[in-house]
Amino acid sequence: MVLQFIRAMRILVLAAFVAFSALIVAPAAQAQQGAVRPTEQSLKEADLLKALKSGESVAGRVTIPDRKSGNLIQPEGQEWRVFKTDTLPRVGAIAILGMLVLLGVFYAVRGRIMIDSGRSGQVIERFGAFDRFVHWLTAVSFILLAISGLNITFGRSLVLPVLGAEAFTALSVFGKLVHNYVGFAFMVGVVLTLLIWVKDNIPSGIDVQWLARFGGLWHKGDHPPAKRFNAGQKGIFWSVVIGGALMSISGLHLLFPNSVDGGIAEVQWQSMIHGVVAMVMVAIILAHIYIGSVGMEGAKEAMTSGEVDLNWAKEHHSLWVEDVLKERGNAVVHPTGKVAAAE
Amino acid sequence: MARMKFLCDSDRCIECNACVTACKNEHEVPWGINRRRVVTLNDGLPGERSVSMACMHCTDAPCAAVCPVNCFYTTADGVVLHSKDLCIGCGYCFYACPFGAPQYPKVGNFGSRGKMDKCTYCAGGPEDDRTAAEYSKYGRNRLAEGKLPLCAEMCSTKALLAGDGDIIAEIYKERVAKRGYGSGAWGWKVAYKDSVAL
Repeated sequence: MVLQFIRAMRILVLAAFVAFSALIVAPAAQAQQGAVRPTEQSLKEADLLKALKSGESVAGRVTIPDRKSGNLIQPEGQEWRVFKTDTLPRVGAIAILGMLVLLGVFYAVRGRIMIDSGRSGQVIERFGAFDRFVHWLTAVSFILLAISGLNITFGRSLVLPVLGAEAFTALSVFGKLVHNYVGFAFMVGVVLTLLIWVKDNIPSGIDVQWLARFGGLWHKGDHPPAKRFNAGQKGIFWSVVIGGALMSISGLHLLFPNSVDGGIAEVQWQSMIHGVVAMVMVAIILAHIYIGSVGMEGAKEAMTSGEVDLNWAKEHHSLWVEDVLKERGNAVVHPTGKVAAAE
Repeated sequence: MARMKFLCDSDRCIECNACVTACKNEHEVPWGINRRRVVTLNDGLPGERSVSMACMHCTDAPCAAVCPVNCFYTTADGVVLHSKDLCIGCGYCFYACPFGAPQYPKVGNFGSRGKMDKCTYCAGGPEDDRTAAEYSKYGRNRLAEGKLPLCAEMCSTKALLAGDGDIIAEIYKERVAKRGYGSGAWGWKVAYKDSVAL
């Protein structure tokens, strides 16, 4: 009796167990036939790369403090590499060598532009001490930045084979320091350039005439009228101000990469702007240096002593001379070698 | 010589970060530098996957191409290494690297990054193999000891594979064939212009 009862209970328990198991297993089996199969729903790298938009990376979550390391793959690095190794050197070589060739041809054809009426023996003050300080602050810092910057683009192929690896690294480390700190002197120079000369650099009708005659540079004795700055000089001024602003803004982004919000894509963009504008500016400044030194008699005194020959001033800045003489009288003109009388 | 590569099978990676820890410990990597990290994609969503990523030792490496002082070189095993004596810390390799591999000891401004540091595939640097100078700059040179990178060697699920690219690609292909799915060889297309056909 007892045994029979136990046997009956066993069967009951077994039946209950089987029934209970079936209750649990059945929905699970149904679920497996459904859509959710968590281990097999694989994310595909190919799909993620295909879905990427320009400037984006395949990114996720990381548990380390460096959140930027959540960028898993940024294919645009390869495009920046093409810019750095191919596009920028090409732009630079065309701009700089092209400008040097143009200047060489111009010198060969036109020669040095002389003062047509000869030196008068009298000078007129063109740039005061502060004007010249601003010019040379900008100029010296620009040249240091240009040399150290060009080294980053062309040094590996031009200087490294000559100096050897260790010496080239030492030079480049020094160049990098110069570039990073002298940049601030250049920024100050650009701001001061804008402030002290903008009033004389507003484009006007006279500039059209000057440009149409190419400043009279083609023909001896051709001197289109100009005020304090002719259209060519205004071009240099605006190149320095606009180019300098672009260089400064992009340069600051590169100096403070940790403050850049846009991450690596923004740094890449800023470095591209920085590189291309730099090459164009080097080419423009080469032309400026040429015409201010070997290219034209009497021009460099404007930025050395600050006093130019009266005949040079009358030929190249006729309206400015008239204005100055009208405003300040003949006192501003004095023979070469003597200091102007105190006012 | 073998062409060494990494392959992370993200269908196996459990985001335990042991590869990250092993790497830091083996090479005594300074604070703030992670030669390897684990990135979790679609975190908390269906299809979440984690990928362990370090320098992929690219074919025709972009870092080497953009370096202004040419401090990178590729070994006979296809491992991309660099000289910390020549590095000027300009950061260009970081701009060009598709995998965010180059690391810098300092996060200062004015380009004061210090010498770049990255995964060496446990293969040291230009100094003589297994010297103190090599260890202090680049960490242990396991390849010179006949061993593979530690991150992959001690991966508990064998998600991270290191070794001859052809062999690890074959292993991965077999896995995918057997289980019927695979998310792909992460980074291979970008690093080697080549992927494992699944």
